[in-house]
Amino acid sequence: MASLRDIKKRIDSTTKMKKITKAMEMVSASKMNKAEQNAKAFVPYSEKMQEVVASIAKNTDASHPMLQTREVKKTGYIAITADSGLAGAYNANILRNLRNTIEQNHKSSDEYTVIAIGRMAVDFCKKRNVPMARSIIGLPDQPSFATIKDIASETVQMYSDGEIDRLVIIYNHYVSAISQVVTTNQLLPIENMDVSGSSSQYEYEPGEEQILAVLLPQYAESLIYGALLDAKASEHAARMTAMRSASDNASDLIDGLSLTYNRARQAAITQEITEIVGGASALE
Amino acid sequence: MKTLTVSVVTPDGPVLEDTYEMVSCKAENGELGILPGHIPLVAPLSISAVRLKRESGEEKLAINGGFLEVRPDKVTILAQSAEKPLDIDVARAQAAKERAERRLQSKEDHIDRVRAELALRRAANRLNVAQS
Repeated sequence: MASLRDIKKRIDSTTKMKKITKAMEMVSASKMNKAEQNAKAFVPYSEKMQEVVASIAKNTDASHPMLQTREVKKTGYIAITADSGLAGAYNANILRNLRNTIEQNHKSSDEYTVIAIGRMAVDFCKKRNVPMARSIIGLPDQPSFATIKDIASETVQMYSDGEIDRLVIIYNHYVSAISQVVTTNQLLPIENMDVSGSSSQYEYEPGEEQILAVLLPQYAESLIYGALLDAKASEHAARMTAMRSASDNASDLIDGLSLTYNRARQAAITQEITEIVGGASALE
Repeated sequence: MKTLTVSVVTPDGPVLEDTYEMVSCKAENGELGILPGHIPLVAPLSISAVRLKRESGEEKLAINGGFLEVRPDKVTILAQSAEKPLDIDVARAQAAKERAERRLQSKEDHIDRVRAELALRRAANRLNVAQS
């Protein structure tokens, strides 16, 4: 049985650990709230964008490379992960999904490339020699559109230049604070546009084709940004949940240890009394 | 006087929503002036200042990219960024302008001229709006 001092030490260190995880939980909770607000602030923009693009796509037969499916020689995957761990299965889920998708769809590494967002995805690709076209780490917790603009437009440019023929994004969709679902979406070419909500007929200035040429890249960029905001909210939620369960585990551990400690203390006292009584009776 | 509702939306959230009498802006192929009752229209905007007019005066916004959607009683501007004069960081815009100018002047080949030019136009537009 561990000595009293050893148990005491363990209780102390677990208490300290609990303080840390508790603090991290609260930090993540506040970040999650902000991330959720950011995601909400983005909704009007994306809805309007979607509406206009859909109405143009529906009412005209103007064509644009981004609306046409072409033979897929190379697929680009955008994987959004966090920069650090301690977020439960958040990163692992994304990377597992990425690996499975690649294994199922591709035979050689010429057929795909990864745009890695977040240190975990970057490290994963480096370690496994997955071809990586772009990478970005150190995104702020509340990314503004300007911070992601470059990588988004470069990625969309890769599609326009014919470097990739299909663009898929893998990220954690934020359902609620305790539930995040790995989502795989095809961004480009744009398919299955929801055209039900758009009823208005527009004049186009200068012309439909030119508008599409301007609008579609922006639309694709906004989709990437939307996914990133969603992923950030998920990340903070996942981290909050992970830290909460860590704090709960620490509490359990402390309870168990305190019980052992008290038992050991009691045993030591009992033993002392027995010894004294034994000593006293030996003198009689 | 008839008015129209103008809302300016960016990916970082709505910037402005109010009623005005006239919107004038610079589309890719020329100036556009929108009055209430305009036919539905969609036009891409260039990096420029959007002027919003009403009786009490005129307001300006620095718009970067995006497009304009017009309906008879409502104008929506979707831009990648939109700033009111007070929100513009003049020092930063000035620095960005100088950086872009330096880049354009240097003779090296590896510089992305298109990007530098866009950056220059954005910075100049911001300064223009902030100072007027």
